[in-house]
Amino acid sequence: MEPIDPAAVTDALAALANRDVYLHLETTTGTYTALGPEKTPPVVAFVRNAVVRYERGAVKGEGPYRVGLKMEGGWVYGDGLTHATTDDAGRLLMAGYDDEGRLRIALQVGTTPFREGT
Amino acid sequence: MSDTANPANPATPEWTVQGPVAQRHLLVVLPHPDDESFSSGGTIALHRDAGVPVTYLCGTYGDMGRNMGVPFFAHRETLRDVREQELREACRILDCDLRFLGLRDKTVEFEDPDALADAVADVIRELDADLVIGFYPGHGVHPDHDALGEAVRRAVPRIDAARRPRHWAVAVGHREALEAELGVADVRVDVRAWGDRKRAALEAHATQTKAMFARMDRRDAADEAQRLRMEEAKRTERFYTLSGEP
Repeated sequence: MEPIDPAAVTDALAALANRDVYLHLETTTGTYTALGPEKTPPVVAFVRNAVVRYERGAVKGEGPYRVGLKMEGGWVYGDGLTHATTDDAGRLLMAGYDDEGRLRIALQVGTTPFREGT
Repeated sequence: MSDTANPANPATPEWTVQGPVAQRHLLVVLPHPDDESFSSGGTIALHRDAGVPVTYLCGTYGDMGRNMGVPFFAHRETLRDVREQELREACRILDCDLRFLGLRDKTVEFEDPDALADAVADVIRELDADLVIGFYPGHGVHPDHDALGEAVRRAVPRIDAARRPRHWAVAVGHREALEAELGVADVRVDVRAWGDRKRAALEAHATQTKAMFARMDRRDAADEAQRLRMEEAKRTERFYTLSGEP
């Protein structure tokens, strides 16, 4: 993955607009926070391979970035995104990492499903 | 084999193990790549060096982990294959066989618990395991640990009594807190002779351990407690014997 280039990500989002796309959206604090200095329960959520259709996708901020996907009846939103790449299947993968390489958020869209099973 | 005779005997609550306990097959059943090295790397190597077959049955590919290496070299879609390769290398270092249950990381608790127990029992029977290691249900911290630990707990009594394996459970957390809740772990495996191999196996899980070891090796004051726990983990692995009853 490369540091987000907002113009390039905006173009990639536009290329996937107005069609059914598979969505992976995730945020995580890690599951072991209760053992660490945080002493707080973990917060983890992910949606994988939900099918959505958005009419407009935009990248905002100075980095880390926010991405919003405007749908006919709702929104997909993510903040804290730092890196992005397009994989071999043309799927746009965006993620936010901390300075120890830990993923904090992932927002991915593509016209083919993300891998499941073995 | 040990300095006390009967691990199930309450009169000898602390059993120091210095040789192989499994004779036929040691089966380790845990959900993630790296769980085997953290919890049982020394015990696995000890058994292999004694010529006892060992299989790690790994529940998932760790595909939902958040540690991607330092600096990160994986992302959500590549992590699965990266962690599979890391685990294959760790198992090469520990010299054990490897199988997967093929579950998705973080979702083990949502599977049918009886189907999971059947899957584990099938492998116990096939390998004729006489010692099974799993997480202690309810004391795994990670929901996948608890769920697969429970599957092992349900699987063991399904094995015919004559072939039923001994069941050792791994509790996760700081030892003082665990001992306050569960008492002292009855099994203490002396793994000092395999401590360096255990560390090498852990280092093979680079996405998961590189940052941790870097912090520890800098000997930052903030990580001193964790460093001391790792040093202790290279000397002793602790397990709680579960009854094998339903």
